[in-house]
Amino acid sequence: MNHVSQEGLLDWAGPILQGSLTTLEIAVLAYAIGLVLGLIGASARLSPWAPLRGLATAYSTAVRAVPELLLIILLYYAGSQALTAVTNALGLPGQIAINGFVTAVGVLAFVQGAYMTEVMRGAIQAIPRGQLEAADAFGFSAWDRFRRIVVPAMLPNALPGMSNLWLILIKDTALISVIGFSELFFTIQQAAASTRAHFLFYAAAGVIYLAMTLSSTALFTRLERHVRRGQPTGEEA
Amino acid sequence: MDFSWLQDPFYQEYLIEGFINTLWLLAVSAVGGLALAVAVAMARLRGPRPLAMLAKGFTVVMRGTPLLVQLFFFYYGVGRLLEGIPGVQDSVIWPLLRDPFFYGALTFTLSVGAYSGEVLRGALASVPAGEREAGRAFGLTPFQVFARLWLPRAVQLCLPTLTGEMILLLKSVPLVSTIALMDLLQAANIIRDETFLVYEPLMLIAGIYLAMTVVLTLVLRQVERHFPGMQPTRRRFPLRRVESAPCKH
Repeated sequence: MNHVSQEGLLDWAGPILQGSLTTLEIAVLAYAIGLVLGLIGASARLSPWAPLRGLATAYSTAVRAVPELLLIILLYYAGSQALTAVTNALGLPGQIAINGFVTAVGVLAFVQGAYMTEVMRGAIQAIPRGQLEAADAFGFSAWDRFRRIVVPAMLPNALPGMSNLWLILIKDTALISVIGFSELFFTIQQAAASTRAHFLFYAAAGVIYLAMTLSSTALFTRLERHVRRGQPTGEEA
Repeated sequence: MDFSWLQDPFYQEYLIEGFINTLWLLAVSAVGGLALAVAVAMARLRGPRPLAMLAKGFTVVMRGTPLLVQLFFFYYGVGRLLEGIPGVQDSVIWPLLRDPFFYGALTFTLSVGAYSGEVLRGALASVPAGEREAGRAFGLTPFQVFARLWLPRAVQLCLPTLTGEMILLLKSVPLVSTIALMDLLQAANIIRDETFLVYEPLMLIAGIYLAMTVVLTLVLRQVERHFPGMQPTRRRFPLRRVESAPCKH
């Protein structure tokens, strides 16, 4: 009897669940950091200071013109080298597992930030100037103006792009497996190789990713309805 | 930075082969994918209910799962399954079924078919019915109305989105290095393994891709400019693919 082929989907349910959680953790963290990077990038692209504008344009253009897989591999080596240098300099023993997770998040966030920059820039530019001038006329501080006017006015425009980027990010996390970090798709590859049930496990991977993207779509649809409340409905989704 | 390996004719050959394979894969998948997209879009709009639902399901699955997973599914999953069918290994199509290029092209074709099919569906649906009725009134056959009126009008509406899809396709090509197909990234990986250089080969192909993206963008802009009735778009690089709202009109 060949015991290898006796292993089935159920034996791998635990590791696959663990991998799914890791994938979601990576995606959520990378998304949050990407959002911040996108806001910074968009502010820089709209800044009156030319060198800052040029830097942000270079960042978003270069990242968007090079394939993600290539960027992820390049940045992964660069990132883990930098991280190891930092931990060595601090006299800490190099923790490979944590380094892998941190670089995976960092790399995806860096790529995500470039796309987010463009989404945010477009959404901020779509805010009517009069609203910002009104905030200034009422004596809002810069922070209040950002929090009370810019963000609520920008969100309806930014949300479709943001939901796109989230879906793309979930799918891009699979690229991390190429580096050898144990997230969902890497676990699936191990399972497929060990049981030789390639068809079964890759189909299962598809189902899991599909569940993630479909439920995210449903969530973002509700969120979009929420931020658009009080606005005239242009066209139905 | 050490780029002395560029002198080596073996490495040059890898890079050239990778470059050519990249272009072939791009061409085959673009042509096949766009043809499939038209079929998918029409199936969803005009097909009988079961066919329309099949097309819808296909679109949802292909757009909801990572391309890398699809590539592995077809190459390792379906590929190994085909291998096991008795007689397949002796058949004339076996050399094709063994070739990673076939699976790469298949996966990309299906992916382009799903994404662009969704884009085209939106565009086809927004061509006013009156234009098609006018075509019929002038005595065109239903097929002529489709080929000479409906489809060209729809393409006019979403050409920038479709050309954007082509650039995204170009940027997906490095994924095939994971199924041992010699593309530019695979060439770089081999060179890295042999020269122990971590960054230089990757940086070279990042540069090549940057150039290819720029060239393809310029070429596609010319296509847009010469398509009848089109205003050239001013965008530099496409934003990420629009997943929720297929087409602006």
